[in-house]
Amino acid sequence: MAHEATMSPLAHADDHGHDHHHETPNVFGFWLYLMTDCILFGSIFAAFAVLRNQFAGGPSGKELFDLTNVGIETAILLFSSITYGFASLSALAKNKTMVLVWLAITFVLGLSFVGLEVSEFSHMIAEGNGPDRSAFLSAFFTLVGTHGLHVTCGLIWMAVLMVQMMGPQDLSQRMMDKLTCLSLFWHFLDIVWICVFSFVYLAGVM
Amino acid sequence: MAQAHTTHDGSHGSYQSYIIGFVLAVVLTVASFAAVMTHALAPGMALAALGVLAVVQIVVHLVFFLHLNTSNEQSWNLMCFIFAAASVIIIVGGTLFIMHDTAINMMSR
Repeated sequence: MAHEATMSPLAHADDHGHDHHHETPNVFGFWLYLMTDCILFGSIFAAFAVLRNQFAGGPSGKELFDLTNVGIETAILLFSSITYGFASLSALAKNKTMVLVWLAITFVLGLSFVGLEVSEFSHMIAEGNGPDRSAFLSAFFTLVGTHGLHVTCGLIWMAVLMVQMMGPQDLSQRMMDKLTCLSLFWHFLDIVWICVFSFVYLAGVM
Repeated sequence: MAQAHTTHDGSHGSYQSYIIGFVLAVVLTVASFAAVMTHALAPGMALAALGVLAVVQIVVHLVFFLHLNTSNEQSWNLMCFIFAAASVIIIVGGTLFIMHDTAINMMSR
């Protein structure tokens, strides 16, 4: 492990003529960050689980949630996961144009997800059902909002990588590491969304 | 399962593995929505179904999209994941247990 950790990413790239590519310490470090993020979401889910029935006379999930909208959001995120996967495979095949095309498609999908969520939130707030209405809604906005904020950060990161890739960095080993980290981040957010649609929306309308 | 043995592309997947993962994820998602929207199950059963389907779908995503596996290369990642998952189970389960007992003892529900 010590040997592995002291190698620079460039030196690391040199001993791989064939397409089998080992994970660098950077990617493992990012994985550790994701695990802490996992615990962050676990804590917010715990808070939501405790407060899920504290409506304070306000509306419950049954009255608020539009499952069609949630279904569309879920489909968008799932599609964006596979399009990011195709971007990763294109990067391994060193096909920069296709990487940019798949990333652009992923970006548009991610942006429409955030757009749907923002319109859902603004609709709820406009009707007086904002985070200040009840403990249930405070927990709901915190949980779903934190996920949405992560997706927004992922989109900014994706845009930055696309610009950098068009510059001198191209598909260097360093760029491959960045793409792998964003891939982990993006797929991780889809896993968090599985819990959100199952335990917040679907369980909320029962 | 065959995926685990194809070591040449095991850590990055292939078009085939992404599509298999995608199809499985779609089937599991549709099953979750159907369990609630068709009202075919009693609420308790539907909640249990949601839990099982969510766990299975998380495993599908981990294997096919995040390429987590039991190979040597991934052993540290897997160990960290198991630790994080255990922490989340303790946080969520422990919170629910304590707050449920508190609510009963305070007669607030």
